Amino acid sequence: MELHEFSLRELRQGLQERDFSSVELTTTLLKRISALNPALNAFVTVTESKALAAAAAADARRAAGEDGPLLGIPMAHKDIFCTAGVRTTCGSKMLEHFVAPYNATVVERLAAEGMVMLGKLNMDEFAMGSSNETSYFGPVRNPWHTDMVPGGSSGGSAAAVAAGLIPVATGTDTGGSIRQPAALCGITGIKPTYGRVSRYGMIAFASSLDQGGPMARNAEDCALMLNVMAAHDPRDSTSHPAAASDFLRGLDRPLQGLRVGVPEEFFGAGLDPEVAAAVQAGIAELARQGAAVQSIRLPNNPHAVSTYYVLAPAEASSNLARFDGVRYTHRAANPADLTDLYQQSRYEGFGAEVRRRILVGTYVLSAGYYDAYYRKAQQVRSLIREDFRRAFAEVDVIVGPTTPTPAFPLGAKNADPVAMYLADIYTIAVNLAGIPALSVPCGFTAAGLPVGMQLMGDYFADDLLLNVAHRYQQETQWHRARPSLQAGEA
Amino acid sequence: MDWEVVIGLEVHAQLNTATKIFCGCPTAFGAEPNSHTCPVCLAMPGALPVLNAAAVDKAIALGLAIGAELNRHSIFARKNYFYPDLPKGYQISQYELPVVGKGTLTVQLADGVEKVVGVTRAHLEEDAGKSLHEAFIGQSGIDLNRAGTPLLEIVSEPDMRSPAEAVAYLKKLHALVRYLDICDGNMQEGSFRCDANVSLRRPGAAYGTRAEIKNLNSFRFLEKAIEYEIVRQRDILESGGQIVQETRLYDANRDETRSMRSKEEANDYRYFPDPDLLPLVLDESRIERIRDILPELPDAKRTRFMNQYALTAYDAGVLTAGRVLADYYEQVAADVDGKLAANWVMGDLLGALNKAGIEIDDCPASAEKLRLLVQRIADQTISGKIAKEIFEEIFYRGGEVDAIIDGRGLRQITDVAAIAAMGDAIVTANPQQAADFRAGKDKLLGFFVGQVMKASQGKANPDQVNAILLERLQKG
Repeated sequence: MELHEFSLRELRQGLQERDFSSVELTTTLLKRISALNPALNAFVTVTESKALAAAAAADARRAAGEDGPLLGIPMAHKDIFCTAGVRTTCGSKMLEHFVAPYNATVVERLAAEGMVMLGKLNMDEFAMGSSNETSYFGPVRNPWHTDMVPGGSSGGSAAAVAAGLIPVATGTDTGGSIRQPAALCGITGIKPTYGRVSRYGMIAFASSLDQGGPMARNAEDCALMLNVMAAHDPRDSTSHPAAASDFLRGLDRPLQGLRVGVPEEFFGAGLDPEVAAAVQAGIAELARQGAAVQSIRLPNNPHAVSTYYVLAPAEASSNLARFDGVRYTHRAANPADLTDLYQQSRYEGFGAEVRRRILVGTYVLSAGYYDAYYRKAQQVRSLIREDFRRAFAEVDVIVGPTTPTPAFPLGAKNADPVAMYLADIYTIAVNLAGIPALSVPCGFTAAGLPVGMQLMGDYFADDLLLNVAHRYQQETQWHRARPSLQAGEA
Repeated sequence: MDWEVVIGLEVHAQLNTATKIFCGCPTAFGAEPNSHTCPVCLAMPGALPVLNAAAVDKAIALGLAIGAELNRHSIFARKNYFYPDLPKGYQISQYELPVVGKGTLTVQLADGVEKVVGVTRAHLEEDAGKSLHEAFIGQSGIDLNRAGTPLLEIVSEPDMRSPAEAVAYLKKLHALVRYLDICDGNMQEGSFRCDANVSLRRPGAAYGTRAEIKNLNSFRFLEKAIEYEIVRQRDILESGGQIVQETRLYDANRDETRSMRSKEEANDYRYFPDPDLLPLVLDESRIERIRDILPELPDAKRTRFMNQYALTAYDAGVLTAGRVLADYYEQVAADVDGKLAANWVMGDLLGALNKAGIEIDDCPASAEKLRLLVQRIADQTISGKIAKEIFEEIFYRGGEVDAIIDGRGLRQITDVAAIAAMGDAIVTANPQQAADFRAGKDKLLGFFVGQVMKASQGKANPDQVNAILLERLQKG
């Protein structure tokens, strides 16, 4: 096995035993990035010299006797997390040259553990998209098939981890943006319970739905990352006081007696048969390990997408108002007056999908429409939460497909936004409820594209999801499959 | 037929917390532009608001002081509009559920009548920054030091029926926020500012269409603006026109209101609950803790002054209009007659302050000095006339009361023998006047008293002079 395929545990062992230094490891991965990134476009920014300096600092800490599960291990951040001194674009022309004077809490916490940031990862513009095609910096390609999308919005994170450019990455998930690309790229990614991971310094798309989380090649690596990422942050009012936990503890618990619910609504029309088969096989494996599988109902799940596309744009229309051409953003040249400055800067700085969502959000909050759209959507959101509450009275985890289809070709859904929105049909309800969910690789289609299985848990059952995923990965090999990539391939 | 004016006020009181409402930046006025800012109040990407508990406590204090319902669960909302000094593109405010609900404020009107004005609500929000158009040619400067300063917007019911009532309400509210120490009340610097909703109607009829007048930063401007607005609206109505619902700006230089924007041009603020902030939940212990440390409020103090110091309602009202003045008075009245102390504080002291254009907060003569001065009158060390002289000295030039009395030999002559000797001398020196007095010209007593006072350089006790002269003249 090559260095770029190592798990976090194997990397730590190698560093501990001085098989390689962090600088050597970092150099290896930087080389791999420069060889493969031109074809994948997963990185927006590579911070080579800063990375080597951070690796040297980690080596010095280790030489001084320090050790830690993440010390000296390379990673990269989705370009939505603010990084002091390194530009943070959020995939947008609007922030093409924005350099934050502060670190996001997540960035700060992982850096403090001695992780080595190699750069910033491509994403759909302002996290709005399911294919990573809305990025101002060009689409990311799926390492399994470079004509295919990697999913989005954390497409750069998923592609980079799947391609072995980095062992782990951060992502964010507002309607499936960690899980859907994880599924499409054959990696493991968890959207934690809302309030687990600080949103401070994470550029907001829809504040009540956004949640940061790790993307890795297995559940244990996710747990190691989440151990550091999940913490109460006084700078984020929605951060939960009991956010921190030890996600490694209980990772090995056997699944005997686990109550698994399979929602009927997740296996209806629109589900690709190959995806259905792979997920059913995954569920069968859980049963083989002693889980009791039963069918359940989530009757309001069919309303999740339309509810989401009222609430998320509403919040986004307000969250993105600060990008106004006045301070740190793109600013139109020679505006005629103040209104022109706003209009031109925002027209030029935002891409079509972002503008579409701002318009939708502005509309649903407008006087006369608020009750019909925003208020109604909040009511449906309560019903969706209630669905899960009832379900979790009967089962411990809910299992189903992460996505209705495997990765689709670039450009396939660009003309039809609603078709694109439906790529998140199984992931959105989780964000509306605020519960945790993760995606694990559970098979491949005949064309060789990965399939993801989604595990959903009750509030703060993140550890249980990681436990189930880990046990699953102890008995299956899907997460070990690697795309074959040649430098220069495109 | 007469018109009745209907007035409601919206007051923005800047809460005097040390730091801003959603970040830790200082709220101090007058700093270098943009020096009191951070990623949160600059609205940098990913920065998030965290509510300042001190601002909430001050809102609770106001709620308790006006007997208002305190909402145990209130919501912060976003008011969305674009403006360069509003860096987030929205103002965090409270909309559907404010922290303070319905309350009342009792105001005293000039004719001694009390009026209860309803307070609809008071809600917390953040102030915007400032746009500076003057200092730059063809550009505007933005100073975000003020962005995020906590405001309490206090909205009244449309209960006021005259400019005087509106002014009385605003003054009462102004006194109250200063009593509670939740706002410095500085109207020039904009820490206490007011918008007025004004409409006319026939008495008993439904409310007319209102105009909202902005930019009222003094009691006088409030009064003048409403007076102007009454005439403007009456002229329109009486000539058969209709009032347009609009926002108007008061121009103090020209003493007129001008249209800013009509209802049609008004922003649709697209309010919705701010997902970055959890609902504000007040628990009983927090409310009780604040109730326990509430200071004595103006109305209670006024009643106490009337009882404790035997003051008239009017005097007690004047003396309790502000907490600093009331405290000053109580120090002066500590061990002398309350009425005497009140006369000195309301007469000489307020007169001198007014003449010098100084607020009581900056009074050059300490309450302790005035207390001693009044005590020296009461213990007959000096006369009231001499006291006025000493007061001028300590107010304008400083110095200690007793040192001035002794240094200038102003101690009152209360020695009966000494006064009698002076009286005898004056009576002897003016035989004709003495004879006339005895023949019935009572008024001549004044002449003799004046002569004795003159001879004593004003130091003789006037009561004693009176008594002794009367005795001497009648005897003779």
